[in-house]
Amino acid sequence: MKKLNKSFWIGIVLALVLYGIIQVLLTTGIFDDVMQSTLFLICINIMLAVSLNLINGITGQFSIGHAGFMSVGAYVSAILTLNFDVPFILALIIAGVVAACFGILIGIPTLRLNGDYLAIATLGFGEIIRIVMLNTEYVGGASGLSGIPNKTTWTIVFLFTLVTIVVITNFIRSTHGRACIAIRENEIAAEAMGINTTLYKVIAFSLGALFAGMAGGLSAHTFYVINPGSFNFLKSFEILVMVVLGGLGSTAGAVVGAIVLTVLFTVLQDYPEMRMILYSVILILMMIFRPKGLLGTGISFKKFAKKGAQSDGSISKGSAS
Amino acid sequence: MEYFIQQLINGISVGSIYALIALGYTMVYGIIKLINFAHGDVFMVGSFIGLYSARYLANAGLPPVVVLLLSLVISMTVSALLGISIERLAYKPLRKASRIAVLITAIGVSFLLEYTGVAIVGPQAKGFPEILNKQQYNLFGTSIQVDSNQIMILGTTVVLMIILQYIVHRTKIGKAMRAVSYDMEAARLMGVNVDRTISATFAIGSALAAAAGVIFGMTYNSVDPMMGVLPGLKAFVAAVLGGIGSIPGALVGGLLLGTVETEVSSLGYSSWRDGVAFAVLILILIFKPSGLFGKNVREKV
Repeated sequence: MKKLNKSFWIGIVLALVLYGIIQVLLTTGIFDDVMQSTLFLICINIMLAVSLNLINGITGQFSIGHAGFMSVGAYVSAILTLNFDVPFILALIIAGVVAACFGILIGIPTLRLNGDYLAIATLGFGEIIRIVMLNTEYVGGASGLSGIPNKTTWTIVFLFTLVTIVVITNFIRSTHGRACIAIRENEIAAEAMGINTTLYKVIAFSLGALFAGMAGGLSAHTFYVINPGSFNFLKSFEILVMVVLGGLGSTAGAVVGAIVLTVLFTVLQDYPEMRMILYSVILILMMIFRPKGLLGTGISFKKFAKKGAQSDGSISKGSAS
Repeated sequence: MEYFIQQLINGISVGSIYALIALGYTMVYGIIKLINFAHGDVFMVGSFIGLYSARYLANAGLPPVVVLLLSLVISMTVSALLGISIERLAYKPLRKASRIAVLITAIGVSFLLEYTGVAIVGPQAKGFPEILNKQQYNLFGTSIQVDSNQIMILGTTVVLMIILQYIVHRTKIGKAMRAVSYDMEAARLMGVNVDRTISATFAIGSALAAAAGVIFGMTYNSVDPMMGVLPGLKAFVAAVLGGIGSIPGALVGGLLLGTVETEVSSLGYSSWRDGVAFAVLILILIFKPSGLFGKNVREKV
């Protein structure tokens, strides 16, 4: 335990050093506006990927509706700052909490499902949220909200990203996190061991949604405009790809996946078609040649394995962080 | 009442398109337990091949009915080959991988088809040539109208369904498909060529999606590289509604979904149409996950 604490503090110190270096680069103007917005986007994507990894990689509940939670957070925070003059940080926290409530709302009915069916149900929920936004005049309908104050600063983005990573890694290491991993490995066995599977699945869903909502709020206040179209299931897939690229079940992997994909996207911004073609080819080749991702823990995913398929020799490790 | 029946007729013609796409989903899911996300894009490719072959053949001066039938056949053949190559290149190497890996590959293939389409034909929608002249008929002297296009859609769907039923229940490859979907390992032991059977399933499913694509183009007169996304998802909803893995289920699910959607639009909530489709999906998953015609399979411990 002592060793764990030590590495935890080393991580915090390194993160603060990184924060300081980038803060200096920003204030001295070495980082221009483009680099700054890429930096913010990387942090937002890290929050999204790490929180989705908690649901998909740790608890083994295959969810592809993450953009839905993100959009709830984005809209709630934007309305709070636009119409009610709520302080930005408070607005972000409320956005996260509302998104978490949606997580519970979606979690409870869909918990009876697993595997492919859960994936499709979460996709459906994500799309329903988008269509409700599309049809609500109060939030601007199809044209969305614009003129959102640009309140995101490096300090705030960094703080929220750090909190996301710290909370989720500590959650995974806790008793509750172990319970979630047990559910991933074998839900029936976990239930037989006395784990309240429903409770832990709802916790994972709402915790993931909480941080996705905050990330949504941050992105709304970075890019001034939000509309329902930017939170469609392509966005959910994008987050999923970050997690898969980094390695399902690995928090460090999710961080790396988010960074790599965001940078790749920004570099190829001028060639949108080539970007998407390259992206899909990477995805396919990755699944064929290295399905566990860049930093994958080689978790077994027995739930998803086909009947009669041989195990590919991957060993489940106790720790998944 | 007449208005209601009119909407029902419109709904059935939309539903037929969903049903044709849903068949591909249901067959592939039944055989390798994969949600083939790329299926909606095979539908798109089929539609484009139909568009170009119809243009070419119409310029060659062939009569409209021949143009329609030939472009249907060309589009179905090319899409069947596309389906087989997708299976061979992307899914076959993953036969033993986890389900999640295959699902992600399917998403990748879907993106690949969409954006290759954008790179080739550009993102703008293209007009689909009017192959047959549209004619309106009044039904039984009432004001209920049926146009020739709707009759053609229903006719094509019914003919293709009969052919499919024949293939699945009366031919050797159909028997192999049923055997593999029941138990892949046992079928292999019995001497069934599993790989060839899976290829045949993809070929048939993709051909049906291509037929749906041509019909879709003729109905809405506009096709674009992203057109497969939403109909693809809704066809999947239809497949789940009917009970995934069941062929009659796909037909009923498609027709039901098309009818519900058209009724919702006709009540003045057209912008909620897609939302209703997904709400139907979630309700069916919560209350009867096996679908209307599906069998309830219990998980073995």
